[in-house]
Amino acid sequence: MVTINFRAADGTLRTVEAEPGSTVMEAAIQSKVPGITAECGGACACATCHVYVDADWFERLPKAEPMEEDMLDFASDLRKTSRLSCQIKVAPELDGLTVETPARQG
Amino acid sequence: MTDIIQTDVVIVGAGPVGLFAVFELGLLDVKAHVIDILPRAGGQCSELYPEKPIYDIPGFPVISGQGLVDNLMKQIEPFKPGFHFGEMTTGLEVLGDAVHPRFRVTTDCDKAFECKAVLVAAGGGSFQPKKPPIPGIDAYEGKSVHYSVRRMEDFRGADVMIVGGGDSALDWTLNLQPLARRLTLVHRRDEFRAAPHSVNAMRALVAAGAMDLVIGQVTAVAGADGAMTSATVKKADGALVDVACTRMMPFFGLTMKLGPIADWGLALAENLVPVDTEKFETATPGVFAVGDINHYPGKLKLILSGFHEAALAAQRVHRYVYPDKKLTFQYTTSSTSLQRKLGVA
Ligand SMILES: Cc1cc2nc3c(=O)[nH]c(=O)nc-3n(C[C@H](O)[C@H](O)[C@H](O)COP(=O)(O)OP(=O)(O)OC[C@H]3O[C@@H](n4cnc5c(N)ncnc54)[C@H](O)[C@@H]3O)c2cc1C
Ligand code: FES
Repeated sequence: MVTINFRAADGTLRTVEAEPGSTVMEAAIQSKVPGITAECGGACACATCHVYVDADWFERLPKAEPMEEDMLDFASDLRKTSRLSCQIKVAPELDGLTVETPARQG
Repeated sequence: MTDIIQTDVVIVGAGPVGLFAVFELGLLDVKAHVIDILPRAGGQCSELYPEKPIYDIPGFPVISGQGLVDNLMKQIEPFKPGFHFGEMTTGLEVLGDAVHPRFRVTTDCDKAFECKAVLVAAGGGSFQPKKPPIPGIDAYEGKSVHYSVRRMEDFRGADVMIVGGGDSALDWTLNLQPLARRLTLVHRRDEFRAAPHSVNAMRALVAAGAMDLVIGQVTAVAGADGAMTSATVKKADGALVDVACTRMMPFFGLTMKLGPIADWGLALAENLVPVDTEKFETATPGVFAVGDINHYPGKLKLILSGFHEAALAAQRVHRYVYPDKKLTFQYTTSSTSLQRKLGVA
C-alpha cells in the first residue's frame, strides 16, 4: 500500500492508504476525503477532482497529458501545481505524496 | 405564454433512460415529449464520456457513450417524440386527482405542456454552466455576466470579455468580435482546446489588432449595481492588469445541478427521488422517476437498470393514459401489432 496525504484548504491533514495502480482520486473517494467531488468518476471530464500537488512532489510526477491540461481549464483557482487527481496513478515511488484540496470544486 | 402542448407524457431529461422510455411508452401507444436543458440528446453519455467505451450494455460487448445515444435515437425514431432541447423544465403543477392525474409542465422558454403522466429522467440533475471562481461575480449575473447569448445585439458596442479556451469560448469570440467595441479573450494558457480553424481565426484578429488576447486568470471584477466596468486579470508572471469589461462570458464547462426538481413536492431524500420498485412511481401519483435520479433499496446507477425501470413505469403510465384499455403482454419479435408501430410490418 502507498500512503497519500490530503491537506484541506483549512490545513487539516488526512492520510489514506492507496492501492498501486489505482488513482489518487479513487483513494480519496474510497476514504471519503472531503474536497474531492469526482463527478465524472475519473473520466477526465469534470475537473472536480482538482488538487494542488506539493511543489517537491509536483516535479516528480509524470507530466499531465494534453487531455488533462484541457480539462484543467475548467477547474477553479488554478495554480502552477494544479493537477486532476483522477489522472495521477498511484505507484510505490509516490509513497508519502501530499496534495492540497482546493477550497471549492467545480 | 404560447399555446399549451397537449400530450400523454412529458419526459424530463433526454439521457439514455429518458430516451429508452420513449421506446417503451411508444410500444404502448403512449406519446411523449422530451425536454432537456442541453442542446442535444444523450445526458451524461454524450456530455461526459462520448468517446469512452461502455462494456455493460446487454448485447453490446463494447459501445461508446455517443454510439449508444445514436442507437437509442434510431431505435425511438418510429415514435417521433417531440424534442425540446436547450430548455430547463421549471414547473410541475398537479391539475387532476390521484385517480385521474393531469399535470402542467412548464419550461424556462415559456413553453407549457398538459399531460397525464410525467417521467422524471433527470439523471444527476440538469447540466448547467459552472460559475467561475471570481469573488463577487454573482452580483453581476444576468446584467453583465452571461453564460449563453439570448440576443447578440445586447453585446453591440460593449467591452466584451470572454473567458475560456474551448469551442464555446472561441465561437463566441468570433461571433461577438464584430459587434463589440473591444473584445478581450482571457485564457489561462496559450493553448486552446477549440477547433484549430477557430483558434487560427482568433489569432489572425489579434495580429490585426482587432481584439486582445490575455493569458491569465480573472481574479476580480469591479462595477456597481450589477453593471460591470472592469475585470482584473492576473497574468502568468503574476502581473495584474485591469481590462475594461461591461459584458463577460465565462466558459468553465458544465456541472450537474438538481435544479427545479427540488420544488416539485416529490419527497426528495438526499437529492434523489424515492420510488417503488413495481411502477417506479413517486409520492405523487402519475409522476414517475427513472434512471439515476431515483432511489429505492438496492438501486444501482446503471444504464441497464434505468432501461428496466422505464419498461415497468411504462406499464403503469399506460393505465393513466388509457384507463379503459387492457394491456396484453407482447414480444416485439412476434407481435404484428408492435411491429406495425415500429414501422417494420
Ligand atoms: C464517466 C462515466 C462512465 C460511466 N460508465 C457507465 C457504464 O459503463 N455503464 C453504465 O451502465 N453506466 C455508466 N455510467 C452511468 C450512466 O452514464 C448513467 O447511469 C446514465 O447516464 C443515467 O442516465 P439518465 O438518463 O438517468 O440520466 P443522465 O444521463 O444524467 O441524463 C439526464 C438528463 O436530464 C437533464 N435534466 C435534468 N434536469 C432537467 C430539467 N429540470 N430540465 C431539463 N433537463 C433536465 C440533464 O440535462 C441530462 O441531460 C457512467 C457515468 C459516467 C459519468
Ligand atoms: S474525476 Fe472528473 S476529471 Fe477527475
